[in-house]
Amino acid sequence: MVDADYALEARGIIKVFGNHVALDNVDFGLRAGEIHALLGENGAGKSTLIKILTGAYQPTTGQVLADGVPVAVDNPQQAQKHGIGTVYQEVNLLPNRSVAENLFLGHQPTRFGLVDRRKMERDSRDILERYGLDIDPASELGAHSVAVQQIVAIARAVELSGKVLILDEPTASLDRNEVERLFEIMRDLRAKGLAIVFITHFLDQVFAVADRVTILRNGKRIETRALDDVTRTDVVRLMLGKDVAFSGATGVQDARPLGEVLLDFRNYGRKRSVHPFTLSIHKGEVVGVAGLLGSGRTEMARIMFGADAADEGEVHFEGKPVSIARPTDAISKGFGFCPEDRKAEGIFGDLSVRENIIIALQGKLGWFSALNRDEQMEIAGKFGEAMDIRAASLDMPIKLLSGGNQQKVILSRWLATDPAFLILDEPTRGIDVGAHAEIVRTINRLRDEGLALVVISSELDEVVAYSSRIVVMRDREMVAELSGKDINPGVIVQAIANHKEGTAS
Amino acid sequence: MMRRILGQLANPQLLALAGVLLINWLLFPNFFRITWQDGRLFGSLIDVLNRGAPVAILAIGMVGVIATKGVDLSVGAVMAMAGAVAATLVVAGYPAPIAVAAALTVGLLCGLWNGFLVAVLDIQPIVATLVLMVAGRGIAQLITQGFIVTFNDPVLIFIGTGSFLGLPMAAVIAIVLLVIVTLLVRKTALGLFIEAVGVNRAAASLAGIRSRMLLLYVYGLSGLCAAIAGIIVAGDIRGADANNAGLWLELDAILAVVIGGTSLLGGRFSVPLAVVGAIIIQAMNTGILVSGFPPEFNLIVKAGLIFLVLIIQSPLAGRLFPARLRPVQEARK
Repeated sequence: MVDADYALEARGIIKVFGNHVALDNVDFGLRAGEIHALLGENGAGKSTLIKILTGAYQPTTGQVLADGVPVAVDNPQQAQKHGIGTVYQEVNLLPNRSVAENLFLGHQPTRFGLVDRRKMERDSRDILERYGLDIDPASELGAHSVAVQQIVAIARAVELSGKVLILDEPTASLDRNEVERLFEIMRDLRAKGLAIVFITHFLDQVFAVADRVTILRNGKRIETRALDDVTRTDVVRLMLGKDVAFSGATGVQDARPLGEVLLDFRNYGRKRSVHPFTLSIHKGEVVGVAGLLGSGRTEMARIMFGADAADEGEVHFEGKPVSIARPTDAISKGFGFCPEDRKAEGIFGDLSVRENIIIALQGKLGWFSALNRDEQMEIAGKFGEAMDIRAASLDMPIKLLSGGNQQKVILSRWLATDPAFLILDEPTRGIDVGAHAEIVRTINRLRDEGLALVVISSELDEVVAYSSRIVVMRDREMVAELSGKDINPGVIVQAIANHKEGTAS
Repeated sequence: MMRRILGQLANPQLLALAGVLLINWLLFPNFFRITWQDGRLFGSLIDVLNRGAPVAILAIGMVGVIATKGVDLSVGAVMAMAGAVAATLVVAGYPAPIAVAAALTVGLLCGLWNGFLVAVLDIQPIVATLVLMVAGRGIAQLITQGFIVTFNDPVLIFIGTGSFLGLPMAAVIAIVLLVIVTLLVRKTALGLFIEAVGVNRAAASLAGIRSRMLLLYVYGLSGLCAAIAGIIVAGDIRGADANNAGLWLELDAILAVVIGGTSLLGGRFSVPLAVVGAIIIQAMNTGILVSGFPPEFNLIVKAGLIFLVLIIQSPLAGRLFPARLRPVQEARK
């Protein structure tokens, strides 16, 4: 670790919260002109380390050095002064102000004591050009896509700081093209000598763009390696400290006898949301839904669950026509829905894990027949154990759990209602590898128990592993239904890409 | 068991109430003296319960609204309307039960109207209830035609000034309401649903909670409580004063709820603690009155109290004194 050319270095960092050691003697060195991936399961200490580097937390012991000189980073402003800029997963800019104002907020150019709007917009245009953005600096930031906002946030961080850029899961809400664009910008900044820390859950992305990787586990630094001499399996093994086997991750599903038809959507659709689709779903099968972000996958899930009402077509449940105009209609028939945006639509942050688990069951029972505390504890305890939810107590607020554990709670919430049909929208997005494996196992188990599932996922390997059929969405339209040998990533990608059905030849 | 009871007594609201009562006692040594006269209790403490009842009743309705991340600014105006309706009807010769029922119905309808604006039209609560806050007092003035409508109806006067088992009727009504509403939200799942909607309405809808119905319920209850308070106040002064009945009391009710530890951001709430909040406010009012300070002091002391509560509930205090002094975290036993 004797390396003088670190732009930013953390030495022997120990951070203790109460009696919990979040970071245990962690060294982390960041060279100028590299992209350094930071990997670890949720709770491994990634965000604590980042918060120490950016001055949001103070280390219990240990030192932060900039260019080999010990520095005190007491707050994020000071971090900025040392050249450290951070971009978080959720863009924390002001969506209702202009792009230029967001770029220059806090250090606007002034003229006679007033903000020089023209100069600000002119300068903004130059900056945006360097990032390949051709947008009007006077336009409202919120009017642009998340990807553009993300790039504006990066531009702001680089302009303000200029030496070190920390990207905390920047790709979580971007689609494939947008990710590629972000990578170009990252490579560009690397060529200019910036040191970049890149936090993500996607191994593919790490291998696509990063030079070195540091792996944390349980607050300890396990390894720092150049990516040229590690394999994917190595990385996963280092993150987990054990070998994981995703059950059935090897390829085509065995031809299994399908159960009877549970649900039959006929020309079911909603104007300006999803084109009418026809799909029947059997008991004991997983129907995977593939497609790019914004292809109508989530919209399809929402009308299936009645979160948005369909205005075309009909749906038959166990052979009888039914109306599913709102979530309560769906739930009364045994539907469950884990939404894509866990924080905004899934969890009740301030409520306890216990309450988060029983809420849908309680909703189904109605307000008058309340579960008492003991019953709640029993139900929450049962599913907490079955799903391996790691919480210090079932009475702690769910917002304190990691993303993976929150996802398990939401899944438990529906399992407690004894569902017949589950819709899972990106159930494994942004969660750690261990929780990921648990959720994939659960999907397989539920299918084997005879549930019908619709699973939306961007991770094709995963969808392929557990689906007996795959529906491909493109431009808000169902463009293909694949089964048998066609269930493989190649055919799916082709179907997503060119609208032609990837028929088995 | 003992420890749990002690633990609950050690909550900040009860400590604050004890503090205020103690100061009152120091300023006015007879504060705790209670006498029995003409079949009812008299004394400053009883006065606190009696005078505090209207705000306590408003707070019982308000706490549910605030727990859903809302606020009901119209309760003062609804009080005036309910009082005006009850007074005008008895003066016109209708029997008191009809007048009371009509006033309660008006309150309920006002609440449902607010709920409709918030739940169905998705208008921000502060603006939605502002409509009725302004219009309601105007309607009350139209009903009374600008006069203070005085009456001699014994039933209405009994509601405002009578006593039951020695306790002032207003306090008895407040206690009964407190018990009913607390049981309603804690023995059913309504409390959980209200908190869920307050914490995350989108997630609540997806989890199968009829959040629109629920919002209608809580705003309806708030309107109903306001009408009850309005009838009490009218009975107390034997007349309906459309200009002044319930004036600014919505702010006292909100303050009571906040002192009771329910955050304006919605979520966890406690009905009993909101009532304690109302009693704290009234204990200060009464204390200043009986100890001979000019009532103007009241406003300044109240401002000081608001300031103190805000500091105690601020994130900074949370870091300095982690456990105890926070807003309600787990209101349930």
